[in-house]
Amino acid sequence: MADAPQIPDEAEVRARWGAFAWTAENAEQAKTVIARYPAGRQRSAVMPLLDLAQRQVGAETNTQGWLPVPVIEYVAAQLDMPFIRAYEVATFYTMYNMAPVGRYHVQVCGTTPCLLRGSDDVMAACKNRGMAKGKTTPDGLFTLTEVECMGTCTNAPMVQINDDNYEDLDYDKMDRILDALAAGETPKAGTQLTDRHTSEPQGGPTTLVEMVSANHDYRKEW
Amino acid sequence: MLADKDRIFTNIYGFQPWNLKSAQMRGDWDKTRDLMKRGQDAIIEEIKASGLRGRGGAGFPTGLKWSFMPKEPRADRPSFLVINADESEPGSCKDREIIRHDPHKLIEGALIAGYAMRARAAYIYIRGEFIREAETLFAAVQEAYDAGLLGKNAAKSGYDFDVFVHRGAGAYICGEETAMIESLEGKKGQPRLKPPFPAGAGLYGCPTTVNNVESIAVVPTILRRGATWFSSFGRENNKGTKLFQISGHVNKPCVVEEEMSITFRELIDRHCGGIRGGWDNLLAVIPGGSSVPLVPAAEIMDCPMDFDGLKAVGSGLGTAAAIVMDKSTDVVQAISRISYFYKHESCGQCTPCREGTGWIWRVMERLRTGDADIGEIDTLYDVTKQVEGHTICALGDAAAWPIQGLIRHFRPELERRIRDNGGALEAAE
Repeated sequence: MADAPQIPDEAEVRARWGAFAWTAENAEQAKTVIARYPAGRQRSAVMPLLDLAQRQVGAETNTQGWLPVPVIEYVAAQLDMPFIRAYEVATFYTMYNMAPVGRYHVQVCGTTPCLLRGSDDVMAACKNRGMAKGKTTPDGLFTLTEVECMGTCTNAPMVQINDDNYEDLDYDKMDRILDALAAGETPKAGTQLTDRHTSEPQGGPTTLVEMVSANHDYRKEW
Repeated sequence: MLADKDRIFTNIYGFQPWNLKSAQMRGDWDKTRDLMKRGQDAIIEEIKASGLRGRGGAGFPTGLKWSFMPKEPRADRPSFLVINADESEPGSCKDREIIRHDPHKLIEGALIAGYAMRARAAYIYIRGEFIREAETLFAAVQEAYDAGLLGKNAAKSGYDFDVFVHRGAGAYICGEETAMIESLEGKKGQPRLKPPFPAGAGLYGCPTTVNNVESIAVVPTILRRGATWFSSFGRENNKGTKLFQISGHVNKPCVVEEEMSITFRELIDRHCGGIRGGWDNLLAVIPGGSSVPLVPAAEIMDCPMDFDGLKAVGSGLGTAAAIVMDKSTDVVQAISRISYFYKHESCGQCTPCREGTGWIWRVMERLRTGDADIGEIDTLYDVTKQVEGHTICALGDAAAWPIQGLIRHFRPELERRIRDNGGALEAAE
């Protein structure tokens, strides 16, 4: 994205990442991914492989990872495609980080359904801890990003931190989640309400009540 | 109200496990082979007769769409089914629930639909942000392969069919069918000009049909229970059951399967515990995801929630994602935030959209604070009209419609803000 931070192809980046190569495990995974597409159409695998590469960079740096230019070159070479085509893809999609992020990538949804349910409070909980949009905290722990609709609107407001969603938030709940992460704990993902399971109405479903306690088979009532 | 026995997605809330064994106990993958033995044309006819219209927003009849696919695919040009799980429309959150709690309905539907349209394989394009959901989907597909339900001689039907999962990486535009195909081919997700339509030249230049997750996942149940069962719900031309998603200012936001054409009032009172602060406190509703115009309280309350009912009030069903706003809402801010969304998500290919969405958002921000001239309201309306219909895909239209809806219904509010801000009135005089 045009307004997202980007790191140019500098000598330091090349010195650190020029020798990037898959780990043995990821090399296997890359083969599995490429096999999903028809022969000669291996270019289709560029998105999953960039994601895999970003995760490997993340694992090596104990962050959520990013895509230095030499890493993109490596992926492009494996898929036999021009670097610029892979670079286009990396810069087009928002989930590829073009600059390093912290240990936790805090992605607060701010689109209208979340806005209506108090995403400003969630954002305030982040800012009051010294986090700023597009910046990483000095301790390298948190990177804050405001993202567009994450498709969790009936559980708004929500935040995605690394691979997990935290839903039905308010200021205090968000504060507690960040506290827990900072203390190295793993907060419970999903809804933060005690009387809600997933996307059913709070307090219990209005439909399909039998399903709560048993795997009900409705076919005998057809 | 729809009876529980008539709900298709019985595990939509995930109280029970999603795995194959549990899904089979709920009735999925039950004699799939026999359903397929009815023959490809018979399946398409049954889906046509059921009145199923695409659940992704445009509402195109699903059976008809399948019938555009070649009857005898050439060996060097296999047909593909692409399933659109790039659910990113603000307000929409139904496909996510299907994928993480009832994935086998989708996978079984993929096999049957793929067979009916004579496709070689299905690609399920799931949005990148659905990370845990994709993990479930990968695992569910693997379960189906391990049980012989996919792959060579899928479900012992004698038909070979593969299902692959492809993760996106954060781009709303990839929900547009040709952008999705571009993205699947490993490119930027920028929509293609149509024609050629995907049924003629789609993924890898081969015949392709793109269907929404919900459209595909309901297919096995429709075939098991018959077209007449499905078409017994909803009004003419608006048949079936539908997953509604209600967010915003209701007491209990939720996803719920209901029959089409249920009135907005009944939907909210039955499942959402009413409007926050009561019905008198309702301001407006965006009834079908962010790209449809909002509808003021008085018009929406007893409106049937279906394609024709919402069209009649100048809006649309879209994905049936109702965003409810009560009287505490700053409606200009709510719509301005949607404008920001479209500015952020414009792929940059067509000038009217790339430049227009940013311009619209900047003017909306000034209208929010009242820092504008009255005449600019008309200019804004004009500009949205110049974006609408002048772009390759419908994102331009989607960016324009919410603004037009706002001006149509809340013009006095916009003018009030300008006046309160001491703005010039010359244009009006």
